[in-house]
Amino acid sequence: MTRSRLIPVALLAAVAAGSIGAWVSVTVRRRIARPSTVASTPAASSATAAPGRKIKARLYYVSTDGTKLTGVDREVSYAEGAAAQAQEIVSAQLTAVPAPLVSAIPPATTLRALYLNEKGAAFVDLSKDVSTSHPGGSQNELLTIYSIVDALTANLPAITSVQLLVDGKEVDTLAGHIDLRKPLQKNLGIIAP
Amino acid sequence: MPVDFIGRALPSVSDYRIALRRPSLLVIVGDLRVPRVQVRYDTSGAVSGRLTIDATPRVASTITQEGDQLAIKFDADAIDVAYSNSTAAPLAVAGAQGLIQAVRVADPVTLAFTVGPRFGTFKATTQPSDTAMRETIDISPASAQTADAAPPPPPQTNPVPPDLNAIAGTSASTALRTIAIDPGHGGGDDDGAKGAQGTKEKDVTLSVARRLKAALESKLGVRVLLTRDDDRAVSMDERTAVANSGKADLFISVHANASWRSTLAGATISTTTFGQQDEEAAHAIASELLPAINGPARGIDFIPWDLAQIQHLARSEALARAIAAQLQGHVPLAMNPVDSAPLRVLEPANMPAVLIELGYLTNAEQEKQLAGNEFQNTFVQALVDAIVRFHDEGAR
Repeated sequence: MTRSRLIPVALLAAVAAGSIGAWVSVTVRRRIARPSTVASTPAASSATAAPGRKIKARLYYVSTDGTKLTGVDREVSYAEGAAAQAQEIVSAQLTAVPAPLVSAIPPATTLRALYLNEKGAAFVDLSKDVSTSHPGGSQNELLTIYSIVDALTANLPAITSVQLLVDGKEVDTLAGHIDLRKPLQKNLGIIAP
Repeated sequence: MPVDFIGRALPSVSDYRIALRRPSLLVIVGDLRVPRVQVRYDTSGAVSGRLTIDATPRVASTITQEGDQLAIKFDADAIDVAYSNSTAAPLAVAGAQGLIQAVRVADPVTLAFTVGPRFGTFKATTQPSDTAMRETIDISPASAQTADAAPPPPPQTNPVPPDLNAIAGTSASTALRTIAIDPGHGGGDDDGAKGAQGTKEKDVTLSVARRLKAALESKLGVRVLLTRDDDRAVSMDERTAVANSGKADLFISVHANASWRSTLAGATISTTTFGQQDEEAAHAIASELLPAINGPARGIDFIPWDLAQIQHLARSEALARAIAAQLQGHVPLAMNPVDSAPLRVLEPANMPAVLIELGYLTNAEQEKQLAGNEFQNTFVQALVDAIVRFHDEGAR
């Protein structure tokens, strides 16, 4: 094979290698974000929570006009470690609240599990009620999601992003609007001043 | 045997007159008067136009108007109407102007135009030449009052935008050819939001999407793709795929909102947002310079499906602002009508894309509005005007 014929062959090989490289890098990037492959730390709050001891945490509820979240300081059980404390905060956020506060989370929703990865992402596994009992609307859906995302990221500096799972699985959306396939970061814009 | 044989050889051996007209696949046997009729439409100004109808060979014709039908009857045995793309495109412009909606051969010797809601009066003149008879019909739009009285849909309450011809134009790279409309939700498991009176979001969005399709097609002469045209479940990726594979120039997802607070009302127009990691990934992947066989190296964009919208965000935001500006004063708007959120259905859209929440079904008054013809038609008209405005701004 002459040198002049070798060049296009080499170029083809380079293009093919580049394409495979791009595909691999995208695939790897996506896999890293999946909870199944992260070094997970299951929370065990029952074992680590100190009975009776409380901390003050900021939880989030629907603002009076319905467009934002309002932060309310409430007492939450203390637990040792970020994952266990995160579980306590989410459990408190899911608990029914007295009027005039309005929760943005469907009332039957329960917390199935909570994991943290080494990058500070929390994976919050909720029962399917969060989706099946959701009243719909992108406005409601935003408030549902960010009441949990902001409750974790605002109270626990170790948590920088949150991904919601439903019945142990990654989902597209809760109610047809907001992308839940990746961890979401704190959203200060949705909090009423 | 070549088909031309019919026209060339048969007449010489037959007592009958035999003529072949290839374009219209017509063989005329005997002494029949079958003039060829050619239709042309030219706009004269933004809101009026002229129909030119040539009949060859020359035959007399009479023009009458009955209801919404403008009929031209030819004194012949039949007519041979030449339809072609060069006829259809100008008539689409006439449709966009609201002057003429359709043309058909009503009976063997009558050509009937269905006039549009803006049709007002016409003036016909006849100019015979040696071989043809030319009928010229100048069409003027109705006065504003008459147009208002026209029955919707599509609604015709606003004046025609001035740059209408540019919308359906085919030469400019900015021409709008295809618009994808996505009626949100659908199917047995996804009603979307629900009002206290039982109004379902999936029904409202489908009704509005169908009206939008009719209005955009008839007024702007563009192709409109619906991601669903019945009550069925469509996945998020399928919805955006309709727009991407159909090479749509705009993607508009239509929804109705719900709030935990029943007083909240008003429409919002949202674009999508991406996380910082997504944006970094898109920039790292975009525009890699690849060597090309037998040519200079060229830039190729490797944008993953889920990040396609990143490169259109600025135009999407401009579209959202244009829609909000046009809806203002016509339908109730939220306090901050232009918004953004990580909207799943918009992320893969490879064109300017917005998600419109028409209003709140959880607000009793809005539930009634959103389900009604008046609101839906007003919204559709404002959106059509917004698309024209957005297009004009982009073309400048």
